[in-house]
Amino acid sequence: MTNIDRTLAPDFKAIDNITLLRPERQKLHNGCNVFCFNSGDQELVRIEWIFGNLRFKPAKPMLNMAVNTMLTEGTSTLNAAQIADKIDFYGAFLQVEYGYENSTVTLYSLNKHLHHTLPVILDLLTNSTFPEKELETFKRNQQQKLQVSLQKNDFIARRDFNKAVYGDTIYGLGATLDNYKSLQRDDLVAHYKEMYQPANCTIVIAGKIEPEALALITDTFDKNWVNGPTAADTTQPDIQPATELLYFTEKPDALQSAIRIGTPIINRNHPDFQQLQVLNTVFGGYFGSRLMANIREDKGYTYGIGSGLSSLKQGGAFFIATEVGADVCKAAVTEIEKELNLLKTELIPNEELALVRNYMLGSLLGSLENVFSHADKFKSIYFAGLDYDYYDRYAATVKSVDSAKLLELANKYFHFAQFYKVIVGKY
Amino acid sequence: MVKFNRFTLDNGLRVIVHEDNTTPMAVLNILYDVGARDEDADQTGFAHLFEHLMFGGSVNIPSYDEPLQRVGGENNAFTSNDITNYYITLPSANIETAFWLESDRMLSLAFSEKSLEVQRNVVIEEFKQRYLNQPYGDVWLKLRPLVYKKHSYRWATIGKTIKHIEDARIEDVKAFFKKHYNPQNAIMVVGGDVNLEQVKQLAEKWFGSIPAGEKYHRNLPQEPEQHEERRETVTAKVPLNDVYIAFQMGARLDEDYYAVELLSDVLSRGHSSRLYRSLVQDKQIFSEVHAYITSSLDKGMFVLEGKPLENVSIEQAEAALWEELEKVKSEEIPADELTKVQNKTESTMVFSEMSLLDKAMNLASFELLGDADMLNQETEKYLAVTSGQIKEAANKIFRKDNSSTLIYLAEKAPVAETAFSELEN
Repeated sequence: MTNIDRTLAPDFKAIDNITLLRPERQKLHNGCNVFCFNSGDQELVRIEWIFGNLRFKPAKPMLNMAVNTMLTEGTSTLNAAQIADKIDFYGAFLQVEYGYENSTVTLYSLNKHLHHTLPVILDLLTNSTFPEKELETFKRNQQQKLQVSLQKNDFIARRDFNKAVYGDTIYGLGATLDNYKSLQRDDLVAHYKEMYQPANCTIVIAGKIEPEALALITDTFDKNWVNGPTAADTTQPDIQPATELLYFTEKPDALQSAIRIGTPIINRNHPDFQQLQVLNTVFGGYFGSRLMANIREDKGYTYGIGSGLSSLKQGGAFFIATEVGADVCKAAVTEIEKELNLLKTELIPNEELALVRNYMLGSLLGSLENVFSHADKFKSIYFAGLDYDYYDRYAATVKSVDSAKLLELANKYFHFAQFYKVIVGKY
Repeated sequence: MVKFNRFTLDNGLRVIVHEDNTTPMAVLNILYDVGARDEDADQTGFAHLFEHLMFGGSVNIPSYDEPLQRVGGENNAFTSNDITNYYITLPSANIETAFWLESDRMLSLAFSEKSLEVQRNVVIEEFKQRYLNQPYGDVWLKLRPLVYKKHSYRWATIGKTIKHIEDARIEDVKAFFKKHYNPQNAIMVVGGDVNLEQVKQLAEKWFGSIPAGEKYHRNLPQEPEQHEERRETVTAKVPLNDVYIAFQMGARLDEDYYAVELLSDVLSRGHSSRLYRSLVQDKQIFSEVHAYITSSLDKGMFVLEGKPLENVSIEQAEAALWEELEKVKSEEIPADELTKVQNKTESTMVFSEMSLLDKAMNLASFELLGDADMLNQETEKYLAVTSGQIKEAANKIFRKDNSSTLIYLAEKAPVAETAFSELEN
């Protein structure tokens, strides 16, 4: 056997080509846009019906969420049990997902069962009835779940932070027990009729899609699905961040404190955003980040710490989040501030930056695991009003941005004294 | 169908290769045949602490994470009661870096005191974050010792107590490594954009010279059959009452395993399942209710869990669960309902083939069970289960004298109010 020198790392290659699948597009007569990603070996498909949320109403804040979550609870032809039965019998998966900007209905189905599963979805989108009994169950169970969540420090910290940064908008909403109690069926029905219309829907299909299967989908959701009299109002109120910067919820028995610190910031559409993503990765965006290296791996204050950038249609935020031993909470905040200020005063060493560049490109490549991931990449840009050159620019930026520029950005965007600071536990 | 090839190095390392050229990525997954069940009763949590130390540098490579991130790779690991599993995903062009890193830490760790000290603290924070500082977080710390009296499954992976983690010494770490971390106790799966010849050559180059080490022969006291009803009630600062009923069930390789898993699906998989439909929707006893099995390599657990609504007593809640259990014991599952859970399992298997990492982990797990190819026979085994077998399994498991009931009673904590305060900067 040849002797090998185990102290020397093998040669490696930089990542050059990242190829993204692009969808076939068609527009149905009823105004619904359909995007189709055809790839893969397994005889299955994921179909998403994505609807823009209606304008946030502070007096009735839960409607977008409640309507989406209750779509599976009954139609004029099928009750909740029958819907679940039909989907499960064909080995399919039906999910509803409420997000800040869009609400989604997702179907995972084997291709051979599509003609059984698609009619169920059409029924949900056109005939949902939000039965009183199911609504009462929903309200009660959601309140129980909320009570459990409110015992979790990180949950409270996230809520308080979002409320401060995003104010009285769909992004800043922290539901209360009363919000659930006051839900009314009539409001849900009206909301449903306005929102779940073809002109407010984007269908994204991903999987091994034969032309017949695609035709089955477009037929089902074109002819049988018409718009109502009122177009969906999906505009949103402007964000008004809070003036108070500090929020402390004391939990005398806490073993750990949840910390969330951050600030409103630019979103994906701003030219600085991708460079800021590199800066964020250095700071707290991966396992080897400075926050992890210092606060977990050197000090042992926490199981995990990270920072992130949220890019939303209306705004964005930069935040640091962690849960630390209650006795070291103050020390952890000091270290976070110290690490943030280092970004503003010292150039990131070339070796560290080179590592982060490769890590980020590898991570992008690795995130393209299958055809579903390609569809997810598309959604990120499509709903932000961007094109595929966004990803080309991303790769170029990650490869080229230099330390001087990152130092400049840190000074432009990171002012710790003006950050919102939320602590739940002991301080 | 997940195709693969396999070979074994002279030192006993088993290697499985799964070629999937639809991706530009590769995965290297190593399963070590050691879990929390292999720990001493007075040194629990050690397998998991050790997993953390595996990232603290190896004999020739001071940092594990850095060189991997430099070539665009990511990694993670998990420890269970049965196994410890490590994985890397990276661009396939850089696969050799994964071989270099994984072989060096199989050869020997750096055993740094500083790393031990820091990881003790990190794991103690993990203990607090996941088990102590969460409502119901300590359930497994309480339920396991109720179900198991002899077997080492009686403690959770995180350990019985923080004290055991605080007490870990570098000599213990070295001894644990010597006992469990060698080629004979490991299964490596390399998957993705790779080919068999290349993997053979790289495996030989990097792992071939690692000494075989001593084979660990597991000889754990097995859990005797349970013949008495067990019960524990705790009052805790949780917002809602919670009911757990756990039963002893068979091991992963027992013949009736597939029937038992489908039984748990009938009870609790999705919104068409019996417990959800009957106890959440119709009778409105629980806000949420679940049933699941632990799929353990030795005697496992079948667990029911539900949070009763506030106007429902613990007695009513338990009685309602038992009523559903009596039904599956006395009446066979109708054909349609059986077909439903079988179809669901079949499509789940197809969907799991969409993920390279899932495929690699599954191949390693089945190889540990005896043969990686069992992965490809799984669906058939589920489809062959009959209603009669499910009823038989229900009768064997759901006996009062095979049950361990754990009740959480809510001691209402005042809802905390967020206050503006003079927090120091």
